[in-house]
Amino acid sequence: MDELLQSLVRGLGTGSIYSLLALGFVIIYKSTQVISFAQPAFMLAGAVLVSYLAPAVSFFGAVAVAAVVIAVLALGVERTVLRPMVGKPVFVVAIITIGVDVVVRVVTNAFIGLDVRQVGDPWGLTTVSLLGAEVQQRYLVMIGTTAAVTVALFLFFRYSRIGLAMRAVAYDQEVALAQGISVGSVFALSWALAGGLAALAGVFVATGAGVDQQLWIVALKALPAIILGGLESLGGAVVGGLAVGVVESLFGTYQNDFAPWLGPNFGLVAPYALMLLVLLVRPYGLFGKKEVERL
Amino acid sequence: MKGRPELYTSYAQDMAFLNTRPKRAWMGALVVFALLVPFLIADDLLQLLATGFVAAIGAIGLNIVTGYAGQVSLGHAFFLAIGAYTGAALSGSETGRVIGFGITSLPVWLLASGLVAAFFGVLVAPVAVRLRGLYLAIVTLGLVFLGEHVFREWTSLTGGPGVGRPAAVPELFGVRLDRDSAFFTAAQQLYLVMFVLLVIFGVLARNLVRSRVGRAFAAVRDRDLAASVIGVDLTRYKVLAFAVSSFYAGVAGSLLFVVNGFVDPGSFTLLLSVQYIAMVLIGGAGTISGAVMGALFITLLPRITRELPAVLPFVSGDATGAVTVFQVEAVLYGVLIIMFLIVEPRGLFGIWVRVRNYWRTWPFSY
Repeated sequence: MDELLQSLVRGLGTGSIYSLLALGFVIIYKSTQVISFAQPAFMLAGAVLVSYLAPAVSFFGAVAVAAVVIAVLALGVERTVLRPMVGKPVFVVAIITIGVDVVVRVVTNAFIGLDVRQVGDPWGLTTVSLLGAEVQQRYLVMIGTTAAVTVALFLFFRYSRIGLAMRAVAYDQEVALAQGISVGSVFALSWALAGGLAALAGVFVATGAGVDQQLWIVALKALPAIILGGLESLGGAVVGGLAVGVVESLFGTYQNDFAPWLGPNFGLVAPYALMLLVLLVRPYGLFGKKEVERL
Repeated sequence: MKGRPELYTSYAQDMAFLNTRPKRAWMGALVVFALLVPFLIADDLLQLLATGFVAAIGAIGLNIVTGYAGQVSLGHAFFLAIGAYTGAALSGSETGRVIGFGITSLPVWLLASGLVAAFFGVLVAPVAVRLRGLYLAIVTLGLVFLGEHVFREWTSLTGGPGVGRPAAVPELFGVRLDRDSAFFTAAQQLYLVMFVLLVIFGVLARNLVRSRVGRAFAAVRDRDLAASVIGVDLTRYKVLAFAVSSFYAGVAGSLLFVVNGFVDPGSFTLLLSVQYIAMVLIGGAGTISGAVMGALFITLLPRITRELPAVLPFVSGDATGAVTVFQVEAVLYGVLIIMFLIVEPRGLFGIWVRVRNYWRTWPFSY
């Protein structure tokens, strides 16, 4: 029972990281109809920035600064690289974001070097007792923060003027334009939001283990999450992220006992298998909207 | 019609394989030149070019599914891996530490690799039939990760990560191509064989895309709903596109590691898929010659950047300096993809067309 609880908390913790990343993917997708493959690079850059800033301005100060800086960086990328491509096929734009990802990542890697950098988080690997099971503190922090961020985003899209504008653009760009909404700044803002979320996710990934050059791989786990949830659904992104985290963690804990033939570490790729299965049954994910086609 | 070579009186003439006289002349010259190259340049460059030719076969395959049929696949590395391991297992020695069947004849394992990969392509295709655009891209990306896991764990086939296994054994009519023979060095033999294979598969692909099937692919790419309304069977042609594309990937995969003789399961990552996407996009999506140009360009790129330290003193040749060639190389990939897509979406092929059209009317501007 303790094992199950630990596994679940670990799954929900890492799952909330995927949720943060998936939210970024979905926000960009909703406003621009493009999947930004640059998210892994922004995540890595955020974590690295915190590892440099933390000694100077404390961990929490560093996280705040890094989120803002990466948001500005993402905004800059959108304005310079993505803006000329508005109206081009989405696939082409998606490939361009892969190019952006490679460039940002190589530059960031130069700042990491060959060592593992610590972000200086206050939790480390310390554990607390939860219902009799020892669980790592940092997972609880991740779950809490993601919950707070999700609620904040929900309120933002529900009540704030800009949030409503973003939803209008997601619904129909031309009509939104006709109502006086600046579609361009909505694009920029959605990239900035996604960048900030990615930076936050990066910091969480780096807690405990530190930052190395392989960290970016984690961000790709958010892809099965958004596909599971459906590309258009913010709620789906959160649910998908948590589901991916839990599946990964449960496989990691129990697969050796039940299905050893899948090979060790199958948990790491289980989300992709799950994604394939779900898509065969529901091609638009669990909460995605079915496309209506017209000639 | 004599003396008016560019007057076409039938559709077949217009769609002919090499439809103009200059094209025939240039293509002939290019083939002759490529056949002379092995006697002119050093062996290590020949090996690089041979790898480039194999990559070109793979890029043609990706171009068929992505450039012609419009189904974005990030899973090319997975099909390359299937081909590589089928070829290596069939031709490997029966007594080694990894699975081997000892069938070393090149045509046999080449075809088998292609067919096995095509089989997996057909297995994946039903997903593609149900999904569109970016959903498909992400699913095929998932395929790469699943494949990576399988190849990492199945050590009796792949030798395990970091260890690897010997690649396919190239033997043609009893002659080992990867060993020096009486007349040629190993590099010259491999270069010539790869070149001949590239020509064969290039011509086959060109013939496929200018046929009824190719037109159906283009219709699916441009507007799949409209295509199905005018009677193109979407399922059939999507499955076909995936099958042909994976066949090419399988063939390329089995040959890809012949030159350096070793396959490591760590080679088949997302990066490899992205490299092939880059080949197609930089070369020019939806053209066979573009895919070949792109593949050669991407394969030769590392070699070109290795020469950078001589020109730019702040770039260091090893992994110690502030800016290393490896970083420059990786950044160049990204920058080149971005620049080509923004500035010249038709890729190297588009540049070639512009150069050709400029000289066609020279010295007049139009």
